[in-house]
Amino acid sequence: MPYLGSEDVVKELKKALCNPHIQADRLRYRNVIQRVIRMPKLDQWGQAEVLNFLLRYEPRSEEELFDILNLLDSFLKSSSPGVVMGATKLFLILAKKFPHVQTDVLVQVKGPLLAACSSESRELCFAALCHVRQILHSLPGHFSSHYKKFFCSYSEPHYIKLQKVEVLCELVNDENVQQVLEELRGYCTDVSADFAQAAIFAIGGIARTYTDQCVQILTELLGLRQEHITTVVVQTFRDLVWLCPQCTEAVCQALPGCEENIQDSEGKQALIWLLGVHGERIPNAPYVLEDFVENVKSETFPAVTMELLTALLRLFLSRPAECQDALGRLLHYCIEEEKNMAVRDRGLFYYRLLLAGIDEVKRILCSPKSDPSLGLLEDQAERPVNSWASDFNTLVPVYGKARWATISKYQGAERRGPELPDTASFATSGPLIPEENKERVQELPDSGALVLVPNCQLTAEYFEKTWFSLKVAHQQVFPWRGAVHPDTLQMALQVVNIQTIAMSRAGAHPWKAYLSAQDDTGCLFLTELLLESENSEMQISVKQNEPRTETLNSFISVLETVFGTIGDIKS
Amino acid sequence: MISQFFILSSKGDPLIYKDFRGDSGGRDVAELFYRKLTGLPGDESPVVMVTSGGEWHHDDRHFIHIRHSGLYLVATTSENISPFSLLELLSRLATLLGDYCGSLGEGTISRNVALVYELLDEVLDYGYVQTTSTEMLRNFIQTEAVVSKPFSLFDLSSVGLFGAETQQSKVAPSSAASRPVLSSRSDQSQKNEVFLDVVERLSVLIASNGSLLKVDVQGEIRLKSFLPSGSEMRIGLTEEFCVGKSELRGYGPGIRVDEVSFHSSVLLEEFESHRILRLQPPQGELTVMRYQLSDDLPSPLPFRLFPSVQWDRGSGRLQVYLKLRCDLPPKSQALNVRLHLPLPRGVISLSQELSGPEQKAELGDGALHWDLPRVQGGSQLSGLFQMDVPGLPGPSGQGPSTTAPPLGLGPASLSFELPRHTCSGLQVRFLRLAFRPCGNANPHKWVRHLSHSDAYVIRI
Repeated sequence: MPYLGSEDVVKELKKALCNPHIQADRLRYRNVIQRVIRMPKLDQWGQAEVLNFLLRYEPRSEEELFDILNLLDSFLKSSSPGVVMGATKLFLILAKKFPHVQTDVLVQVKGPLLAACSSESRELCFAALCHVRQILHSLPGHFSSHYKKFFCSYSEPHYIKLQKVEVLCELVNDENVQQVLEELRGYCTDVSADFAQAAIFAIGGIARTYTDQCVQILTELLGLRQEHITTVVVQTFRDLVWLCPQCTEAVCQALPGCEENIQDSEGKQALIWLLGVHGERIPNAPYVLEDFVENVKSETFPAVTMELLTALLRLFLSRPAECQDALGRLLHYCIEEEKNMAVRDRGLFYYRLLLAGIDEVKRILCSPKSDPSLGLLEDQAERPVNSWASDFNTLVPVYGKARWATISKYQGAERRGPELPDTASFATSGPLIPEENKERVQELPDSGALVLVPNCQLTAEYFEKTWFSLKVAHQQVFPWRGAVHPDTLQMALQVVNIQTIAMSRAGAHPWKAYLSAQDDTGCLFLTELLLESENSEMQISVKQNEPRTETLNSFISVLETVFGTIGDIKS
Repeated sequence: MISQFFILSSKGDPLIYKDFRGDSGGRDVAELFYRKLTGLPGDESPVVMVTSGGEWHHDDRHFIHIRHSGLYLVATTSENISPFSLLELLSRLATLLGDYCGSLGEGTISRNVALVYELLDEVLDYGYVQTTSTEMLRNFIQTEAVVSKPFSLFDLSSVGLFGAETQQSKVAPSSAASRPVLSSRSDQSQKNEVFLDVVERLSVLIASNGSLLKVDVQGEIRLKSFLPSGSEMRIGLTEEFCVGKSELRGYGPGIRVDEVSFHSSVLLEEFESHRILRLQPPQGELTVMRYQLSDDLPSPLPFRLFPSVQWDRGSGRLQVYLKLRCDLPPKSQALNVRLHLPLPRGVISLSQELSGPEQKAELGDGALHWDLPRVQGGSQLSGLFQMDVPGLPGPSGQGPSTTAPPLGLGPASLSFELPRHTCSGLQVRFLRLAFRPCGNANPHKWVRHLSHSDAYVIRI
C-alpha cells in the first residue's frame, strides 16, 4: 500500500523534505514544498504530516515566506481540526517576526477552535480548551465575545468543567463580567465540592480587577454556611486583601461568624491571619482568637498554631487589653506543653521579643498589611506568542506547562543519570547554620572582589522601573527540592545583604521573588527567582545595571551559597 | 506516531492489543493504563496521562484515549505529537470499526477479533497512518464480519443504530443500519440502503427572568451508505439556507447558520445556486456537513419552564411548582424529557403532584429528577413538589424574605429528543442517487431529522 495518503509520490516527497542534501539547497527544497502544497489528493493524515515536515523549513526571504503562507492558507479552513491546528502552528512559527500575521492567524483559527470546544467528543473538546487557554495567555481579549461558549453544562465531565472555569476567569472584561460572574456563582453551589471550590477561586481571581462585585458574591456565599465553601471563600479573601487593599473594609465586615464553619487547616490559617492583620477593624476578633487558644490543645496542625501565635501577637499590639490574657495563655502553652519544636521555638522567640520591649515588637512585627505591587508584577507577565508557538498543537498545553516541566524533567534526569549524585553532594557540602554561612560570605570578597552594601534600600516602584529597563544578564537554574519557606529565605538573603523587594506567599504556583543588591561601586543586581512547580528547579534571572562579568559571577556564587544552605536546612 | 494501540472494555479487560513499534513495554501497559485511569483524582484530566517506567529506564509513555460506546480506545506514544490529530485518528478508528463490525461494542469487538487486527494492520504501519478510507481498505480486508445474533429483546437497548443512540433509533426503519459494510462480492442479495441523518445538538441558557442568554446549535448531516462506492448522489437542502449574517436568500426569514464546513469529498458546484451537495461517498459512515448557529434561532425554543418557589425558612419546607410548556408545533413531540433540578443539601422527603400518570419524579444524587416520557407539542405540564430541608439555615441578617429561593437550588436542566424536528429549520429536500442498480430493486433511502439537547439550562 502506498505510504501517506493515496499517492506514491508523497512518499518521495517526504524523503526529499527530510533529506539534508536537499534541505541544504534551498531552491530545490522550495520546489519540493511547492509540489507538496499543490498536491490535491492528500488525505487529512497526510496533510497533517506534511505540515509537520514543513516546520523544519526556514524561508529565505520575506517574499518567499508570504508566498508559502498564501499557498497554505486553505489548510486553515480544513474540516479536520488536526490539519487546522497543524497549519496554525506552521503559520505561527514561520511568521515569528510578524506579530500582526500571527494575530491574524489566531483570529482565523478562532472558529475551528470554538467548534472543537463544543464538539461531541469530550476528549477533543478538552484538547481545544487547553489550547484556548494557551492563546488567552498572550491575547487576553481574544475570546471575550464568545464567553457563552465556555459556560459549563451539567452533564460535562469534571475535567472539562474545570478547564472552562479557568477560561472564563481569563477572558473576563468590562462587557461580560456581569454574566460571567452570575454563571460562576451558579457553579459555587454545585454538588461536587471540588468544582464548587474551583469556581470560588475563579471568582477570587476575577476579583483582582472587579473587586466590589466579586466580594459581594463571596460574602453571600458565606451565608450558606457550608464548610467546603466557607473555607475557600476565606482563603480567597486573604489573597484579595493582600493584593487589593481597597476591599479590606468589606472583607472585615463579612468575616464575623465564619469561624463556626471552618474545620480544615488551610481555611483556619487564612481566617487567623485575617483576624490578626486586620483585627482592629473586626469587633469580635480577640474573642474568636481566644476560642482558638482555648482549643489549641486539640489542634492537629502545627501550622495553625504558628499562625495563631503571630496573629495574636499582632492583635495584641493594636488591642492589648483584650488580648493580653489569651496571649499569655497561648505562650505558656506553646513553651511549656507543645511538643512540636517549630511551634515551641516560635513561642519562645515571641516571648523573648516581648521581653525586649513593645517598641521592638512593633518594629519587627508590623510589616505592610498588603502589597499590591507583587500582584502587578505577576499580572504583567503576558507571554508573547512566540514563547509558546513551538508548543502549539503538541501535548504541552494539554498537560499544562507545570506538569510538562515535571515530565520532561524526569526524562532529562534519566538521560543525565550520573549527574544526579553531583547535585546531591552539592547540597550536603553546604554549611549547616547561618553563622557559618556569614563567615563564608565574608571570605568571598577576597576571592571575587564583591562587597555588597548592607543598607541598599530600593522602593518597589524604582525596582519595577529598573527591572523593565534592563536586559537579563545571566540566567541559571539551581536544583531545588520541595516548597519554599519565604521567611527563611528572606532571612538568609538579608544575612548576605540582599534585599527582598517582593515575594509570593508560601506554596504559590509559580512561586516568584524579586531581590536587589548593590555592591560598593554602586552596581545594582536585580534578581528574579522563579519556581515553576514543586520538585522542580529554581530559575534565576539576574539583571545588572553595569555589565561586569566578574562581579556578576561572584554575585551568582553568593546566591548559590544561600540556596545551598537553605536547601540543606530543609532537607 | 503511535507505539501501541489497545481497546479496553468498560471494566478494563483488554479486548485488542497491538504493538506497532516494539519499543516499549509489554501487554501489561493496558493494565497499567486502567489502573492509572481509575486511580485519578477527580480534577485531573484523563485525556492524557504519562507513566515513566522504572527510575533508570528511559521508558516514558503518553496514553491518549477516547471513550466510545463504553469502550476505551487507547493509543500510546513516546513522542510529543499533535493531540488533535491523534484524537481524530482514534475517533476515525472507532467509526471504521463500527463500519466493519456493524456496531461498536464489547460484544462485536470480541466476536470479530481477527477482523479488527486485520484492519489495524492495514490502517497503521509501524505506528504511522497509511489510510483510513473505507474505500481503500476494502481491497485489503478479507475477513468477514461475524454479525451478532438476530433480534433479541435484551439486545434492543444496545442496537446502536446509525445516528444518535436514541429512543427514536429503536423504532427506525429497520435494524439494517447496524449491519457491517461488507464488501459486495459476498452478499449480492443485500439491500442497497442509504441513511441520511440531520442531527442537531442544542445548548440553551435561560435567565431566571425568562430572557434568553445563550442559544447554540451544533448541527451535522451524517450519511451512512451501503451502496457500492463511486455511486454519485445529490443532497438537496432547504433553498432558503443562508451562511453567515449578511447573506439573504428567498423571502421570509430564511434559515441562517453562522458557519459551515464540508467533508473534503463534497462537490459544491451547485451549492451556491441551488443548495445542492454532490458527492460520491465511500461505503460506510461519513459526516457530510457540519454547521453552527448561535444566538439567533428562527423557531421558538422547544421548552419554557415557569418555576415558582416558596420557601418557609422556619419550618424548613420548600415548595417548588414547575410548569413546563412545550412550544413545538402541535404535530411534533418530544421524547425522553428529563428535568434535573439540583436541590439544597439535606433534603429528606418529597411529596409530589404531577399532571400526568406516566410521569415520574424522584430524588437522587442531591437533585430532583422529573421524567416525562412523551410531551406533545403545544401541551403544558406541571408538577408540584414539596420537600423538607431541615438543616438549612437561611442567610442571616438579610431580613426575612420568604420568596427568595434558598441557595443551592437550581439551575434546572432539561434533556430531551425531538424527532423529526431541527431547531435551525434545515431540512433535506431530496436525496437523489445517480446509481442505477442492475437487476436489483431501487435502493432504499432513509432520511431522518433529529434534535437533541446538549445542555438546556434554565436558571431559577
